[in-house]
Amino acid sequence: MTAPMTRPMTRPPFHLAVALDGTGWHPASWREPGARADELFTAGFWVDQVREAEAGLLDLVTFEDAFALPDERPDHVQGRVDAVLTALRVGPLTEHIGLVPTIVATHTEPFHVATQIATLDWVTSGRAGVRVKVSSDPAEYALFGRRDPDAETRESLFDEAADHVEVQRRLWDSWEDDAEIRDAATGRFIDREKLHYIDFEGPHFSVRGPSITPRPPQGQPVVTALAHVDTAYRLAARSADVVFVTPDGTGRHGPTGDAASILAQVREAEGGVERGAPLHVFGDLLVVLDDTAGAAHDRLRRLDESDGAGGPGLRSDARILVGTAAEVADVLAGWHDAGLTGARLRPAVTAHDLPRVTGELVPELQRRGLHRTAYEADTLRGLLGLERPADRYAQV
Amino acid sequence: MPKQIHLAAHFPGVNNTTVWSDPAAGSHIAFASFRHFARTAERAKFDFLFLAEGLRLREQGGRIYDLDVVGRPDNVSILMAMAAVTERIGLAGTVNSTFNEPLDVARKLATLDHLSGGRAAWNVVTSWDEFTGENFRRGGYLPKDKRYLRAEEFLDAAKALWDTWDADEVLADADAGRFVRHGSADRAGRFTYRSDQFDIAGRFPTPRSPQGHPVILQAGDSEEGREFAAASADAIFTRHAEFDAGRQFYADVKARLAQHGRRHEDLKILPAATFVLGDTEDEAAENARQVQYQQVGPATAIAFAEQVWNRDLSDVDPDGPVPSFDPRTSDDVDSGGHISKGRASVRQYKDPVAVAREWRELGEREGLSLREVVIRKNGRHTFVGTPQRVADTIDHFVQSDASDGFVLVPHITPGGLDEFADKVVPLLQEKGSFRTEYTGTTLREHLGLRPSPTTVVPAARE
Repeated sequence: MTAPMTRPMTRPPFHLAVALDGTGWHPASWREPGARADELFTAGFWVDQVREAEAGLLDLVTFEDAFALPDERPDHVQGRVDAVLTALRVGPLTEHIGLVPTIVATHTEPFHVATQIATLDWVTSGRAGVRVKVSSDPAEYALFGRRDPDAETRESLFDEAADHVEVQRRLWDSWEDDAEIRDAATGRFIDREKLHYIDFEGPHFSVRGPSITPRPPQGQPVVTALAHVDTAYRLAARSADVVFVTPDGTGRHGPTGDAASILAQVREAEGGVERGAPLHVFGDLLVVLDDTAGAAHDRLRRLDESDGAGGPGLRSDARILVGTAAEVADVLAGWHDAGLTGARLRPAVTAHDLPRVTGELVPELQRRGLHRTAYEADTLRGLLGLERPADRYAQV
Repeated sequence: MPKQIHLAAHFPGVNNTTVWSDPAAGSHIAFASFRHFARTAERAKFDFLFLAEGLRLREQGGRIYDLDVVGRPDNVSILMAMAAVTERIGLAGTVNSTFNEPLDVARKLATLDHLSGGRAAWNVVTSWDEFTGENFRRGGYLPKDKRYLRAEEFLDAAKALWDTWDADEVLADADAGRFVRHGSADRAGRFTYRSDQFDIAGRFPTPRSPQGHPVILQAGDSEEGREFAAASADAIFTRHAEFDAGRQFYADVKARLAQHGRRHEDLKILPAATFVLGDTEDEAAENARQVQYQQVGPATAIAFAEQVWNRDLSDVDPDGPVPSFDPRTSDDVDSGGHISKGRASVRQYKDPVAVAREWRELGEREGLSLREVVIRKNGRHTFVGTPQRVADTIDHFVQSDASDGFVLVPHITPGGLDEFADKVVPLLQEKGSFRTEYTGTTLREHLGLRPSPTTVVPAARE
């Protein structure tokens, strides 16, 4: 990759993200050469992954998270560290890439999440995002002992998540940008007329505000969500800036349809709400990459076997592409033609597939004019072509 | 070798002790300030950094209090980011036990410990006020008389969660296809914890961190606070930074350790201390006087008086005498009706009429204005003098068992520690009572604490 001396003024037509999840999305990925599974709970492991993604000029990385562990098999990775803190640990050691940790709206305080994400935005000078998800796993409810999973429906969980995001957004705006005045003459550090109570009231929580943290550099950090069904598209339309979808995937509740039909559903959901810029719609794709399609299939077969002969093999809600970087580029070009604005790749084995993304896919996309050749902005909103929004409480 | 001094650096907070009006004062929120402060403390080989917490902006007279620094990051978050720009220094922050859940906090602190290589510390605090509760799901749910119970059970639950993973549980043995040693039915995070405040069960998701348990700090001078610290904490913060009171406090708290099966050195006593330096004693005294006037401007003097009088005093002249009338006593600070909200220090005014009388008498006796009385009452700087004088005093305190060291509270962000690091620390090092290099990598090692127990305690508490 040769970066031009001056920054291109235009945004790339298509955005590229990577979803980081431990050693990769294949359950046997930790056993692969170079997987560094014994370093999974150290900072260096995460810093190196994100730097690799940044070397590929990606828009952002997401960090998966959950409070409950997904299974109990001693031959699978057991254990996680907190995603928001992982992003904060990486933040000072990267320069351009957006950092988007996952939070579970169902079991967290919107006030704490708002200040954590605002802190991430301050630490990174404007590269913070957040991926919001809901929890319906009874095991997660038992970890908190605060509510009954049977009392929730998919609708009530998504409504609560929308409220959670609304509180975050109001708290981020609860300090106007110029609230800090340091007026020695009157002894006032802030102009309190520029700090605002948010007075949110909802069925799950009421939050008074203002935030303890000043408005972050982006004003509004980037909110994202993964969606497979209409309820989730509506949440994204109400609350998010970026929605991750699963074209040609098996979904969580049945097949999700192709890129064009998903996009139509998302745009319809957006039509039902008031919002500014249209949603970015990124297609998720789980990738198993190699020099040839045959080699990639051999790798997957070997991974599946090492996870247990006769087992179901790799499963995913997203489409799984087993092949070459050029084949991935073809799929992404097709998604671009269908109107998607980006893709989020889930590497099957991070140690193997992430370098293929940055070293092979990225140059291929650059050749096709679908990926930047240098970072053109300093904030995540900037990379995504989103304006820094005015403060909702500011007097015009 | 003389007794070793432990030093911590308190990032300047949202009290009037922090002077934001000084030309040298920088941002309280930009990461560059935190980086500068952390690197200075690490360059000076301090044990740890400390950040206080407040989960609601203070109010006075029904309006947001605007005279002090306002605005701060999330504590554990900014500590995690500071881990990226430092290598050895401990990272300590307050996290409230009332408006959080044990699983989430235990996981965050274990993550902070993992991703800092064993440098995490937690100051456990409890609160019960509805005022702060208005920012959280459960509101003001906790009765005042349960606040210590909540904190105790919260810490106990967190320790139980950290103990659910054996130190050698993670094998990551690719060839054998074995990530964890045990089948997860019996270990690898399994727990049940039932108590008055909690009813939780499942698997704690984060493997044991380098320190096992992050270092536990406790701030508190009260009887409950001392007992809580003697039973459970690794270090205690105190306001007792005066020599005689410090020795008494030190002896009292250390004497409590044995009944909890703990050794004298298992709990470090660290008073909070401020300092002002000068090239001569006279210069230091003059610098200290100027800082006091910066800390208590005319508007702050009125605001402090309002916290005692519990009424609007905006028509009082700060350069005139202390008001001749008595404070309003109909609402105490816990009733929700007090003029000042979100400020723990106001609880010291248990008898405001007596406090007002004392202020008035001081003013009349010495001919001081209201502002001058507030300055006097706001407390002196702990250490004022030449670097040699300050180093001698600190060493004397520690060698005389008035403390094990200090939490230093500079008054300028972010450079307020620089002069201490450059001028005082080398003198302490010359005495042989402060490290010249870190000898360990974890905060437990810096503080001379034993590793947290690695023996497995039963995961179930019923």
